[in-house]
Order: sequence, then structure tokens, then C-alpha cells
Amino acid sequence: MAECGGVDSSTSGHTMDKSITLPPDEIFRNLENAKRFAIDIGGSLTKLAYYSTVQHKVAKVRSFEHNAKDADSDKLYEISVQEEVTARLHFIKFENAYIETCLDFIRDHLVNTETKVIKATGGGAHKFKELIERKLGLKVDKEDEMTCLIKGCNFVLRNIPHEAFVYAKHADSEFRFQTTHPDIFPYLLINIGSGVSIVKVESEDKFERIGGSSIGGGTFWGLGALLTKTKRFDELLQLASKGQHASVDMLVKDIYGGSYGSLGLTGDLIASSFGKSATADKEFSKEDMAKSLLHMISNDIGQLACLYAKLHNLSRVYFGGFFIRGHPVTMHTITYSINFFTKGEVQALFLRHEGYLGAIGAFLKGAEEDNPNQYSWGENYAGSSGLMSVSPDMNPMQRARSGTFDMLEMDRLERQLVNLPLLQDPSSYIPDTVDLTEDALAREYWLYCFEEALDGVVKRAVASQPDIPEANERAEKFRQKYRHKLQTLRHQPFAYGSLTVRSLLDTREHCLNEFNFPDPYSKIKQRENDVALKYYQKAVKSMEELSWEQRQFALVRGVLAGNVFDWGAKAVSDVLESDPEFGFEEAKRQLEGIRMCPVNTVSGPPHKCALFFVDNSGVDIILGVMPFVRELLSRGTEVVLASNSGPALNDVTNGELQILTERIAAMDPVIQAGLREDRLTLVQSGSSSPCLDLRICVRVVVFFLSRLDKVLAMVVRERQTDLVIIEGMGRAIHTNYYAMLSCESLKMAVIKNSWLADRLGGKLFSVVFKYEVPAGKPSQDSAALTPS
Amino acid sequence: SAFPWFGMDIGGTLVKLVYFEPVDITAEEEQEEVENLKSIRRYLTSNVAYGKTGVRDVHLELRNLTMCGRTGNLHFIRFPTQAMPRFIQMGHDKNFSSLHTTLCATGGGAYKFENDFRTMADLELLKLDELDCLIRGLLFVDRVGFNGHPECYYFQNPSDTQSCVKKPCTLDNPFPMLLVNIGSGVSILAVYSENNYKRVTGTSLGGGTFLGLCCLLTGCETFEEALEMASKGDSTNVDKLVKDIYGGDYERFGLQGSAVASSFGHMMSKDKRDSISKEDLARATLVTITNNIGSIARMCAVNEKIERVVFVGNFLRINTVSTKLLAYAMDFWSKGQLRALFLEHEGYFGAVGALMELLKTTEDP
Repeated sequence: MAECGGVDSSTSGHTMDKSITLPPDEIFRNLENAKRFAIDIGGSLTKLAYYSTVQHKVAKVRSFEHNAKDADSDKLYEISVQEEVTARLHFIKFENAYIETCLDFIRDHLVNTETKVIKATGGGAHKFKELIERKLGLKVDKEDEMTCLIKGCNFVLRNIPHEAFVYAKHADSEFRFQTTHPDIFPYLLINIGSGVSIVKVESEDKFERIGGSSIGGGTFWGLGALLTKTKRFDELLQLASKGQHASVDMLVKDIYGGSYGSLGLTGDLIASSFGKSATADKEFSKEDMAKSLLHMISNDIGQLACLYAKLHNLSRVYFGGFFIRGHPVTMHTITYSINFFTKGEVQALFLRHEGYLGAIGAFLKGAEEDNPNQYSWGENYAGSSGLMSVSPDMNPMQRARSGTFDMLEMDRLERQLVNLPLLQDPSSYIPDTVDLTEDALAREYWLYCFEEALDGVVKRAVASQPDIPEANERAEKFRQKYRHKLQTLRHQPFAYGSLTVRSLLDTREHCLNEFNFPDPYSKIKQRENDVALKYYQKAVKSMEELSWEQRQFALVRGVLAGNVFDWGAKAVSDVLESDPEFGFEEAKRQLEGIRMCPVNTVSGPPHKCALFFVDNSGVDIILGVMPFVRELLSRGTEVVLASNSGPALNDVTNGELQILTERIAAMDPVIQAGLREDRLTLVQSGSSSPCLDLRICVRVVVFFLSRLDKVLAMVVRERQTDLVIIEGMGRAIHTNYYAMLSCESLKMAVIKNSWLADRLGGKLFSVVFKYEVPAGKPSQDSAALTPS
Repeated sequence: SAFPWFGMDIGGTLVKLVYFEPVDITAEEEQEEVENLKSIRRYLTSNVAYGKTGVRDVHLELRNLTMCGRTGNLHFIRFPTQAMPRFIQMGHDKNFSSLHTTLCATGGGAYKFENDFRTMADLELLKLDELDCLIRGLLFVDRVGFNGHPECYYFQNPSDTQSCVKKPCTLDNPFPMLLVNIGSGVSILAVYSENNYKRVTGTSLGGGTFLGLCCLLTGCETFEEALEMASKGDSTNVDKLVKDIYGGDYERFGLQGSAVASSFGHMMSKDKRDSISKEDLARATLVTITNNIGSIARMCAVNEKIERVVFVGNFLRINTVSTKLLAYAMDFWSKGQLRALFLEHEGYFGAVGALMELLKTTEDP
């Protein structure tokens, strides 16, 4: 019976001698620190995996010893750049033809002599065992393919946010990425290699091959080669994409003359695959036969997948194997088949890093003592190639890339993926407001916008390291890298999952870090913090002079006016650069026309605890946010200030905020009491992005007076947070604009981008003030977008 | 009901025709019988082949059958659907319309050729649903038996090629059954009673696929030719087995080394393509299609919680390779839970069901 091994067994890969020179700094990176190698050799592609450590420069701030009398230093803190070592996983995919060249290269560059073993999987592992052992002097240790595949699959599903996608050929965006479900099990993996394996995965270690079929990729390839005299798999797919199957297949309408109405079978349905070719007196075109074969095999696999999904009551079905491997043609036919057989109840899901699963799994097997699964890993956009479409009508960029090397790099994150306990429905939470993969107009605008801003970022990066002569060179490399990423995204918006403003910003941060510009805004932030701090007492005093009601308006206006001070926004950085005197008071005057109701955030009974996600340093945090925090504390509300763990633009980092708060406490008894009584707490948001993903909150340390390690999520729960304030364009508009929280929330931002203002129906420097009460609680109006 | 009694099933590849030849005709009846009715009877019963492609399956004839109060022999005739235009022409030439009988037809062709019958032969078809007819005909033939023998059979010891033998049996208590009809394509029905059934699924990989692929791969022209080649071939030269990949069994998943891992998997290699025979290709095609049907049928049986799987359809005609393979597959992969059953009149039940509809409609006016 047709139950089968379904393995991507080694096939007659065309082995031409391709001598290539590898650019070492681009492909096998960090080999000098590499250890724990693993290799997955398939029928035509080899995937290599290893672990390395990367030295990064990180910006740290340290407070100067300040006593009130010592006035000669007007700087609040010093900035130092330190080296930090982080862990990275490297995965490289290349054609088997390059294997010898690559092994030579690795041997020549490998420094670490502790490495003794290389984990190997895949059908070709056997074939190349001797070569690997001879070239590298490592012992080849073979691992079971299916085990590696599942391990790899679990790993990418858990760690890469937009790993899985639905394929829709005729939609605006072919790829519809799925948001990661915190619980990835159970699922069905249909691996279509030469044959088909159907595996049910129930937990990290528990999986079972529940079935399979011998009609798989090998059948398409083998039968296709016989029928069309076409040797290569890719060429067969290309033929198929041009063919008309109806000339070879017997359709329902060929038998019925129309549809078979009583059974709901439409006329175009295939009644008998190859049913028309049972004749000696007709010739059939290669294209038509290949198409018919493709439909036959895809439909058959889809049908079996559905029968197994139904039997085991599973709705998440992932497809992989060389038959799928990013080929739009097969993803389309499999999707069609699944839709047909389940009437839409089950969606066919595909994986962005499907080709790497075996290598990732083999690597994890070999790295068990380091226990990589206890950490979270994030895709490094700077070092990863991203998903390439291999459609028959490839665009020139893709064409240039075929036959070269594809890479995936993942960095260890010093945090864990945890949901903010205050999300109303974590499973449906999508941080991003606009999906640029689907919204072509918005995509065009933002790609243009980021490209326009690139010169400024490069300039600032260089300026942040005035004493380092090679900063210019590195900044140029950064420019090239990021520009290349933007170009790639223009052609392949789906390369790294859903394209969003957040991912564009994150990619820029990754590229800056890659070239050791950990904090280009450090000096600007320092200067602004120093300046703003001088006005703090005056600002607080002017607030206290107001009547209670006036003060509430003034405080909200203060936060919004402070939020105008943002170097991340082009419209503002232009002004800031040309007119440094552009003042806080001026901004407040600009916003004076706004009538907004500070609603029961301030007029109702005091909240128990407010969680405040803050934005920019300088005027924003010191003159806008802190007086507001002060008012909350005075009303008896506890405050948790969540700021970025690492630098992003001019956003205030947790390190900086600690120093600032200490300084403010020295001037302000209310803040001081708040800290002393542990009613004001500072936590890291876990993010190094100007945007905010509420799912990544966070195992991090609270270094303040209590000196206790606390998880933000835990603090939130312990203190019974009943108000969340999210400030700034990145956190409240680009992300979380539609986020639904289970407690009251306030989203505040000034729109500093005219295109976005236009989109939202307002003007530049309009205000978003969105107060929301979860369903079931008494609701108040929100004043979103009041024009200024 | 007026003679002649026909039931017709016009499929994608073959037309199946059953003809009831009354043997209890009284002298009076004989006298009244019009000439062309007589000539039709004589033509059909005295020949075993009609034209170049029509065949009467003499070995299937049901003798001394009582239907609707009459006794007679039921004849089973088939010809390619491609010959339909000639058949309709013949109906016109023999002035069939003058007999004032109703022509009961099922299968897709009843719809496709309805207009041709009307315009070319002045005949109105009574169109019947093919699945209704299939079930009704199957239950009838099983009930009346095969000239004193059971219509139904199974294979004893299906997992052992040496001791595997065909054994007759009865479908005494037939419900529920999973009915797998393998014609050009395949329909799979869950049948709970004569009138209560549902089509569970179907697959386009059926008899038409076997023949179509065989024609392309080997240049053969007929089903018989394709089967003949298949009987001499060795599919393991074409298919990649588990042991070809793992050197033996894949124990981690309980897969035997002899299981097929990839149908036509060896054909990815040019050397192997150059070294196989047409017979090997025909055999591999047959094994691939049969195993796939078995696999889908088994999953449906498990999903529908039905233990009895009945295989019918003309794909199984003179095709012991497939029937034995299906019997083996059902038994082996279900660990003896499922039993494959077969019927002697493989592809004719739809036509029989159509004939029964004729007798039913004339009974209650």
C-alpha cells in the first residue's frame, strides 16, 4: 500500500563543477567564533547551521555623581560604549554543487578546535559523509530526518512571528501571514518530498507519523520526466504553469455535458485525471500533460491531508518538502485542493523558512546541552535573505539571486515572549495598524519615506561617533545594506513576513547594530535631557498655579506638546534641526485650540495603577510625561513607567529614564515619595523599537529602589493595573491603534507625518487622543483626532 | 410493461447496457410481437460482439431470472462511449422509436447525449441518477445471486500471496457499507440503506487515469492491452521503495522496506528511465492508482466508522492485480479491521438499476 517514507531522498542532482570565490564577510559569517555545526543535505540543496557569538557595541549611560552644589558639570550622565556578547544562529542554504567549495572554505576559516562532531540529516547526508569527514575532520553524526524536521518546525513556529502564511494567488498580497498563536500545538505537518509523510505533532517531544502516500514530489518529477522528456523539477513546474489541463483530463462536463447538479459537482471539476489521453490518435503538449500531472498530485495530497486532519480533528495544517519549497505553482494547487475538499474549514499553511527546518532541527539536536530552546530567538533582518518567490516569472532581482546563497540569522533575545496580561484577546491581537504587504499605496509611501530619511540617519550615525575615524566607512556600509533591504522589500514586500512601519524601523535598527551604531541619538538625547531638566520645576510650578480642571487639560496638552519633540519624525526633525529654539511653550500654544475631554482618566475615581508606555527623551518625558505622572501619584494612583530596553531613535531608554527619574526625585518631593514608597516603578518594555508589540513584554529586570527582578507582566498583575497609557506615533498609531485592552486605555500621540495625517483624515500635527473603556464598563467618548 | 427491456449506463469511458430477454413468451405474444422487436432480440442474443467495439459479457449472463413477473435472461453488453453517435444512429436506423418504450438511462451520458437521442433517433430518455441506480442495481443482483452462486466474493489470506484465495460470500446484512465505484474516476459512498446514502468523496485518479497514463507511457491502446502488459511488469523498477532510501525498514515509523516510498520515484534518474520496460511502467501505473484508491477508501472507512468496503466498477474487470492489492491494503493497514468485498458484475449495476427503474415506472402508472 502506498504508505511511504516520504523522504526528500537524494536524487540525481546535477553536479557541475562550480568553482566560486566566497565573500567571507557576507556568507559564512563569524566562523572564527563558530561551534556546533549541523548540516542537512537534500536532493539538490545543502543547508548548513552553526552557532556563533557576536560582539556588539552597546551604548550605556552612567550617572555622574551630582551634588546640588557642584554646578560645573551641566551634563547629567555620561555615555559609554561597551562591548556585549550575544549569541547568534546562522543558517545558510546553497546548491549541492557548491558543497566542496564551502567545506574547504569552512575548514580554512574555522578557528574553534573544540568542535569535533557535525550533526547531519537529509537523504544526502549518507552520500557526502566521507567528504565531510575528510574535509572538516569532524565526525558525522546522523540524526533522524523526521525528528529534525519537527524540531525545526516547532522552533520557527515559536520564535518567528510571521513564519506561517496562507497563499492566495489572486489576492492583493499573495502571502497572508498568520499571527503567531502562543500555543503552537497540535498541528499536522504534511511533508512532500519524493513521497508524502503526514505527521501529527502534539508537543515539543511528541509526534507521530499518522500516514503518508507514495504519490508525491518524486511522482511529479519521475512521471513528468517520462511524459515530457524534461529532466529538471523546476522546468517541469514551469511547463505546468503554462499548460491547460482540460485537454488531457476528463472533466465532469465531458461526461455530463455540464455540471452534475444533484451532487454539486461543477462542470469544470476533474472527473478523471488523464482521462482524455486514453487514445492513440492524439498528441498532447508537454505543458498540458505537466499541468494535468500537477493537478492530479496536488489534489490527491490535499485530499489525503484533509482526511487525516478530519480524523484527528486538527485545523492547523502546514505543508513542506521540496515539492512546496516556495514554489507559487504548487502552493496554489495545494491551497486550491484543501479549499475544495474542506470547503474552507481547513487552511493550507506554508512556512517562510520551510527549507531550513531539517538543518535547524539537526542543529538543535546537537546543541541540547546549551539548551537553545529555553531562550527566545529573533530573526535578524540585517543578516537574513528573506523569502524569495521563485515564480516562473521571476523579477530580475530574484533571478540574480538564484544559484547563490540564502541566509537566515537569528539572535538570542534577552527576553521571553509573553503576552501583556491586559490584552483583551491575545490570540487576535495584531500590533500593527497597517499591513503594508496588502496596502500597496501605504507601502510605496513608507518605503519612499525611509529611503528619503536614510541620508539623515547616516549623518547622525557618523556624528554619534565623532572620535572614531572608520565610522564613515561603517556608516556607508549601513547605508548600502539598508538601501538594499528597502529595494528587496519593494519587490518582495513579503520577504520578512508582513511588512509594517514597525518592521521597517526594526530592520533599520538591526542594520545599524550590525555596523556598530548602537545608539546614533545618544548625544542628542543627552543634550535634550539636560536642557529639559532645567525647566522641570518651572513647568510643575505653572501647573500647580492652575485650577484643578484647568490643570487636567494642561497636563494632557503637556504630554501631547512634549510628543511633538521627536527626531524620528521627518517633519519635526526638519524643524528641530533648523530652529533649535522651537520651544515647548510654542508647541503647547499650537495645541491650545484643541478641545478634548480628559474624561474619567482624571475626573473619575482614582485608578489603582497606571501603566505608561513612554516615548521620547528630553522635553517629552521630562516636561510632558513627568508632570502627568506626578498628578497621578498625587491622586493615589500607582504608576509603572515602561520604557525601551535598548535604544531606538530618540526614545528614552530604561537606563536613561532611571537617571532622569533620580534627578527629578531630587527636585520633586512627590516623585521622591513615589519612588520611596514603591508607588512609582520603572520597567523595561523589552523592546528596542520605536513601536510596541504588547506580546513581547518581557522578562526583564527592574533596577530601581527595590532592586528586585521583576517581569513587567508580573508587575502589571500584582499591582492590578487598571489604566494603560500608550504615548507616541510608533506605539499608539503605527502599532496598537486598534489594540483592545481589558482595562481602560488612553492612546495619545501627535501626528508628525502629513501623509499619515491625511490617511487618518486630519492635518499635520493633529492629535490622537483615544480613550477606550472595555465593553461592559461605562464608556466615555473618545476624542480621536481633533484637528489643531 | 412493453418490451424491449433495456437499462443503460453511459459513463465517461464505457456504455453499459443490460437487456432482458424474455424466455416465457407465449405463442400469442410471439404473434403480436412486431418484427423489429424480434430482430433486436435476435441480434443481441445471437451475437457476442457488436461492431468493432461492442462486447457481450456472456459469462455474466443471469439466466432464468424473474423480473416484474416475467422470466428471462439478463444480458450484459458494453461498448466505448466514443461509439455513442453510431449507437444512436443505429437506434434511428432500426426505427426504435416506433416501439413506444421508455429508454431508461443513467450516467453522465444520459445528460450529455439526451439531445442527440431526441434529434437523431426521435427518442426520449428517462434520465436517472447514477448513484441511485448503482445502489439499487447492486442490491438487486446480490439478492438474486449469480445463477445459483453468490454474487459477492472476498480474498482469504490477502496478506499472503501464496495462500490468498478468492472466496464467495453473501451480503446478507449489507448495511452500512462503504461503496467504492471505480470507473473513469472514483466515487465513494457511505450506504446505510437502499435509499439512504451519501457520497463521501471521490478522486479523479481512477480507471481513466490508469488507461490514460498507460497509453501515454507505453503506446498501448486498450484496457486489455494495458492490463496484459501490467501483468508482466515489475513496478519496483519504477517505484522507489522504503528500502531504496533506508536500506531496509524505516523502523522509527514502522514502515516495511518493501513499502512504496515514492511512486515513479526512480524515474527522477535518467539512468533508471533508460533501463525500464513498458511492462514495468504499466505495472507501476496500475499499482500506483490502485494503492491510492485503497488509501483514500481506507481513510473514508475509518472516518465514517464503516468496516465493510465494497469495490465495484469496470476498473476491476479482469484485473486481479488490483482486486488482490486492494484486499491486501484494506487488511494490512487496518490490522484486519476492514474487509474488502468485490462483486462479479463489477461495472453493470448502474445499468441494472436503470432497468429496474423502467419496470418500476411502468408498474405504477
